[in-house]
Amino acid sequence: MIKFENVGLRYGLGREVLSDLSFQIAPQSFQFLTGPSGAGKTSLLRLMLMSIRPTRGLIRVFGREASTIEPCQMPVIRRKIGVVFQDFRLLNHLTTYENVALPLQVRGHMETSYRRDVIDLLDWVGLGERMHVLPPVLSGGEKQRAAIARALIDQPDILLADEPTGNVDPPLARRLLRLFIELHRSGTSVVIATHDLTLMDQFDARRLVLNSGRLQIYD
Amino acid sequence: MIESGTPAEPDNKAKTDNGNKAGKPASPRRKPSRKLRSGRSIVPRETIAGTTLIFVIAIMTFLACITLGAVSMVNNSADRWRSDISREVTVQIRPTDSVDMESAIRQATQVILGFDGVSRVTVLNPAETARLLEPWLGSGLDLEELPVPRLMTVALTGDTEPDFSAMREKLEAEVPGSSLDDHRAWVERLTTMAMTMVAVGTGIFLLVMAATITTVIFATRGAMAGNRDVVEVLHFVGADSGFISSQFQRHFLLLGLKGAAAGAAGAILLFIILSIWTSASLATPEGDQISALFGTFTLSWGGYAGMVIVLFLVAGLTAFTSRWTVHRQVNTLQNYRK
Repeated sequence: MIKFENVGLRYGLGREVLSDLSFQIAPQSFQFLTGPSGAGKTSLLRLMLMSIRPTRGLIRVFGREASTIEPCQMPVIRRKIGVVFQDFRLLNHLTTYENVALPLQVRGHMETSYRRDVIDLLDWVGLGERMHVLPPVLSGGEKQRAAIARALIDQPDILLADEPTGNVDPPLARRLLRLFIELHRSGTSVVIATHDLTLMDQFDARRLVLNSGRLQIYD
Repeated sequence: MIESGTPAEPDNKAKTDNGNKAGKPASPRRKPSRKLRSGRSIVPRETIAGTTLIFVIAIMTFLACITLGAVSMVNNSADRWRSDISREVTVQIRPTDSVDMESAIRQATQVILGFDGVSRVTVLNPAETARLLEPWLGSGLDLEELPVPRLMTVALTGDTEPDFSAMREKLEAEVPGSSLDDHRAWVERLTTMAMTMVAVGTGIFLLVMAATITTVIFATRGAMAGNRDVVEVLHFVGADSGFISSQFQRHFLLLGLKGAAAGAAGAILLFIILSIWTSASLATPEGDQISALFGTFTLSWGGYAGMVIVLFLVAGLTAFTSRWTVHRQVNTLQNYRK
């Protein structure tokens, strides 16, 4: 699904923040990406998301070398990847419902075809009563769940979540983790970047541990 | 350790059960009591400097329409001048000692009427000739004392053009002191002047349109910068450049239509007011001067139609320019190749 071969990354002329990364994300797999703050978790997720280019090495996404993907084909690839950003990236002028429906709207679906699904998903993540409000009115946890719902709405092949439980209390973090596990069981590969050891201890999954830009894998 | 796949239990204790698309349970169906949609476009309108852009587009369209109207009027006037002049030629007979002027005029008239395409020959009498010379020689002049040539105007039918070379040769051979002026030099000068004015007007029109496009490009880039987060989110949720461009294009088309309609309406109104004013002041020196330059200062229907076309052209150009600008920027964002 995603394969890294000897990938390195540096910003500008600085030192390499990621070095010699070689791993792959298998279909229907679940993994935590962890490491201390500043270890490069977000940079690694951005590489997987193809929002930045590696300084060296090879990245293959869905069987294709990332650097050969035509710009016009990029949206098709992105539609297979669900992303939960650390800062949520909800559009503040659209309602929670519209934010969650956005991926379906940009795919050209008619609202009548997805309205029920969006409402059901919002109910499921506990935002049933908040779907008509604008994101500035939502709490941190609610924003987090709205961002997660947006990433899940079209059941992506792979979900990349950057600190998805960073802004919520432990009980809610556990509930969100259950949600990701549920998604994984329905066939989606899940990568959760987190430094919350308590969260990771709640589910036995592969761990990708970043330390000083190098990756260790614990299957 | 979490073992089972119990779905997230929401804060508000919404009931859940199993089975829909995202492996998520379906909730009991209920009708939402409040509006799900904000009624706002994906690209928020307030982040685009709409009023300023409308104002600039209105000014640009106004200038473009004024230029177009002026060019149209000059073109029509020049056509009229050319048509008036080309319907008439002048024959001049210079007085010489050996020539009897009256018999020379009769002889010249016969020669001229012998050619096809001539409808009428009019001889200017001494009084009319004196009036023509009045601006240079003053009034109360006795022309008998001066060797003033006699003028004959030859009206043409307009269907067939007479053979002016043959007419000139025959007149010079049979009527001593005569010369034919077919006004070709004037027609050529007027044509050159009119073409120059049309070319200058077209140049100004193109410059105004180029300025409009440049303004819209900057406005679109500004709007893109102001909506960078929106564009990035759309990009990451899988929107292609066509979808993102159309979000901006729709908005800019509306802005373009508003601004262009205001500018074109202003220009049309100005021409109507000037037309009414010149009609009302026909007998005054100011009115005569304007009439000399622009005829009746009345814009043809073609001129007004041209302004309406400019309106839609500017609006379309605004939409297209914004789409193209967004398209390029999104393509840059989506280009992962080295």
